[in-house]
Order: sequence, then C-alpha cells, then structure tokens
Amino acid sequence: MIKVENLTKRYAGQPAIQDLNFEVSQGEIMGFLGPNGAGKTTTMRILAGFMPPTSGRATVAGFDVFEQSLQARAHLGYMPENVPLYSDMRATEYLNYRAALKGVQHRRVAERVGDVKELCGLKEVENKLIGTLSKGYRQRVGLADALVAEPDLLILDEPTIGLDPNQIRQVRELIKNLGRQHTILLSTHILPEVEMTCSRVIIIHKGRIEACDTPDNLLGKIRQAGGVVLEAKVGNDNGAEELKKISGVREVVTDGENDWKRFSLRVESGVDVREAVFRLATDRHWAVRELTQRRATLEDVFVELTHPDVV
Amino acid sequence: MRKFYTLLSREVRSYFHSPIAYIVLTFFLIVSGINFNLIVSYMNRRTIDISVQQFFFNWVLFWFPFILIFPLITMRLFAEEFKLGTIEPLTTVPVRDWQVVLSKFFGALVFYLILWIPTLLYFWIFQSITGQAAAHSAGAYWGSYLILLLLGMFYLSIGCLTSVLTRNQIIAAIISFCAITLLFFFGLVQLILLDVTSTTQDLLGYFSAIEHMGTFSRGVIDTRPIVLYVSMTILMLTLTCQAFQSRKWRL
Repeated sequence: MIKVENLTKRYAGQPAIQDLNFEVSQGEIMGFLGPNGAGKTTTMRILAGFMPPTSGRATVAGFDVFEQSLQARAHLGYMPENVPLYSDMRATEYLNYRAALKGVQHRRVAERVGDVKELCGLKEVENKLIGTLSKGYRQRVGLADALVAEPDLLILDEPTIGLDPNQIRQVRELIKNLGRQHTILLSTHILPEVEMTCSRVIIIHKGRIEACDTPDNLLGKIRQAGGVVLEAKVGNDNGAEELKKISGVREVVTDGENDWKRFSLRVESGVDVREAVFRLATDRHWAVRELTQRRATLEDVFVELTHPDVV
Repeated sequence: MRKFYTLLSREVRSYFHSPIAYIVLTFFLIVSGINFNLIVSYMNRRTIDISVQQFFFNWVLFWFPFILIFPLITMRLFAEEFKLGTIEPLTTVPVRDWQVVLSKFFGALVFYLILWIPTLLYFWIFQSITGQAAAHSAGAYWGSYLILLLLGMFYLSIGCLTSVLTRNQIIAAIISFCAITLLFFFGLVQLILLDVTSTTQDLLGYFSAIEHMGTFSRGVIDTRPIVLYVSMTILMLTLTCQAFQSRKWRL
C-alpha cells in the first residue's frame, strides 16, 4: 500500500529525514514512533502529497505521491497534526463539504457523513460551529474527515493528542476496528497505544529509521532492559553480593535506607531467575514483601534507541 | 466541475460567515449612497448635460471606495489558509491547484458583484420618484456594469496574487492596495504632465480606468479595454497559480 524508497527531505539544507526505506502492506496498522522533531510529520506530509521530497520516491497504492499526486491522494485519508479546520463551518457542513471534495457520489454523501458522525461520536455536536468545539471534538471531526471517503489508506498524525483517557481508549478501539478494512499509518508519542494497536512499528530518530519490526520482536531484542525486582529485609547479609552469584544475573542495584532493601536485578535475555531468588531468600531467611518480574515495554525500546545515554 | 462548484460555494459562504463581508457591504452602501445623494443634489442646483447614471460612475468620490474594497475582499483568500494551516487538508484532497485558485477568484468576484446590486436600486428609485430616466439608454447601464466587471476581475486577480505570496493578511492588503493605486494613477499621469506628446498620452490613456469608465458609461463598448483587462486577469491568475504551486518548494 505504501512503498518508500530512499526518501530524503531537507529544509534549507538541513536534513529532516534521510534515506527512509519502508513498506506498509494492505491491512497493516503501522505505528510511527519517534521523539519530537524526528521527522514523523515530514514523512507523513510527503506521503499525503502536501510537500515533495528532496530526493527519493514514495508510492501510495502504486501511484507516485508526487508524479501522480491526484490519484495517490484519491486513495488516502489524511488527518494532519493539530487538525486545522475552518472554524466558521458547522461540523456536518464541513463533513459534507469534505466528502464532496473527495469525490464521494452526491447521493451517498448524506449516508457517509451520517456513518462517520456515528462512528466518531459527533452526533451531539453536529450542528455546532467548529470554532466552538473542544479539542477532543475537533480531533474527532478531523478523524471523521479522514474516514468520510472510505479511503484504502489512513494517515493519522498524532490522532489521540489532546484527548482525555476515555476518548483515547475510544479512538484506540476505533483504530483497531478500522484496521480490519483499512491500512493505517499512525504516528504517536503514546507508547502503550502502539503496543495495543499496531501490527508493526517504525522507530525514527533524527530522520533515520532506527528499527522497524513487530512490537513483540522489538521487545525481544532488548529483553535485558527487563529484570526482576526484589524487596526484602536481608539483615546483616550483603544482599547485592549474594544475588549477583545467581547465574544469569548481570547487575544488581540496591535502593532503600532502612531495613527494607529494594534490589533491581538486570538479567540476561530469556532467563527467569525468580525461582533462584526465592530459594536464596528462603535459605537465608530473608523476609520478602515483593518479588516481581519487570517486563520491557516499548518505552524501553524507544528510550534505548533514541536516547542511548540514559540506559 | 462538481469539486470546483463545491470549493466555490464554500468560498462565497465563507464571506458571509465572517464580519468582513458585512463591514465591507455596509461601508460600501453608505459611501455609494452618500455619493448618489451628492450628485443628485449637485444636479439640482445646476444644469449639466450628462445623465445621473453617467455622473454617478464618473464622479471623483466614486473611485475612492472603489479602490479600497479590493484589498479588503482579497486579503484573506490564501493568507488565512496559510496562517491557519487549513491549506494542508485543502491540498491533500484530490483537487487540482488551479481549481483552488479559480474557486477563490470567482468566490471573490461573486461577492464583488453582490456589492454592486444595491446601486441598481438607486437608479430605479431615482426614476420612480422623478419620473425622469436615470440614463440616456439601456446601453449605458450595460456599459457601466460591464466595465465594473472587467476592472473588478483585474483588481481582484491582483489581490489573489498578493494574498498567495504571504501568510499575513495585512501585508497582502497593503501590497495589493499599493499595486492597484499605482495602476490607477498610471492612467492619471496624462492629466498631470502637461507637455506629454500625444503618443505618450494615448498610450497612458489605454491604461486609464477613468477613461475606460467614461467611454463605457456613455454606452460605448470598446473592445480594447475588454482585451486588456481579460488578458491581464488571465496573466495575474496564471501567476497566482504558479505562486501557489511554488509553496511546495518553499516549505
């Protein structure tokens, strides 16, 4: 559905994205992650036909986004960052206007606009001026606009920014459901969102792709960022030294001032040391009040890839 | 064509959604009403051999609001879209750039024509009260409103061009105001310079909006200004289209 080859964009000589290569196939939900200024919006704007790349090529549904821009644009629904809308129009009026511009057949406009209003929960504000709507509703008008012409591909730039937790959950569900019929490329800062919705993830940093894989595989790659946490009363024993002797444990960090000490164990990838820790604790008669495995999250992947000094 | 119509109707409606439309309409109605009142009372006091309609369109005060309305109508056309970022959703739907440019131009033109409708009423009122004809012939009406259309097309296209060059409405308004005023005074140079040769005078006369209005409001429809204004409008709109497309390279 999307094919990107050596895509580069420079602003006044300064590269925003460099040599991006990736593909999104039909029916995939692709997450686009990266810190601010990584080049997410630039990439999406190029794909949506808003600006041309400096070099390289991108196609949408087989059409070059620059050479055959009109055909490419006819296949996609784009929701720009911050959702710019005409504040002097009413929600329904705006959606009717957008549907007509996108070439929805005249007799189907009312039906399609009704459907997307239903889907995005806009019924109660349909006759309000867009200028008076809250951020959350404006966001939903933008999403409804992207959906109104039933595009094959949805490009959503930060669709959940500015929404409250309930709305985020609704939008996440909506995106998941849409993924059954549409191909989706979405960018976000919110990592759990990606873990829950996306079938594949691209992590982009300083204009380059750092990783492109399924969320599970990405987590597998940095399993060491996970580990085990033990909170115990170790008395006079040197807990950290004892724990380090367990095979598979790489490093132990100790916290806590009083009797209760908190040990964070970094372990080798794929090894579960919890049983060994439990046996050690019972042998030494340590009182234990917590023993948990900390799972690596996409946040760890993200931080590790985009901010190597922190880890 | 349907997309063009959709864009056009949105442009026309957007004028009436903003206070600018009502301010311009009111301002224009008041000023042209005062003008009409002044010329009628002037004609009451002395005999003059031209008709009310001719006097109305050729009198000095007519040109003052006339030049002023174009920047007001056109300044927001593109500048506002750039400023608010609505250009992004607009240019990522399958519409062509020229459809966007033409819809904005014709939207402005429709609004401009709406401004002139009340002036027809003045002549009708004059006729029904005095029982005298406001113009010598029907051709005089056709001529005056045709030249208004032609001048309007040209000046509005200048406004389109200045609006597409900036994201600041005030800058767009100032540039188009200067450009239109300069063009207008260009035609007046022949009256200021006394020792101009007749060739220079003729040449300058070709650009003189006042001279064209004088001819057309008599009911004489000259094809030279028609060619001039139509071709200049096309040139300005072509430039607007080019400038609009160049946004992609300036980003």
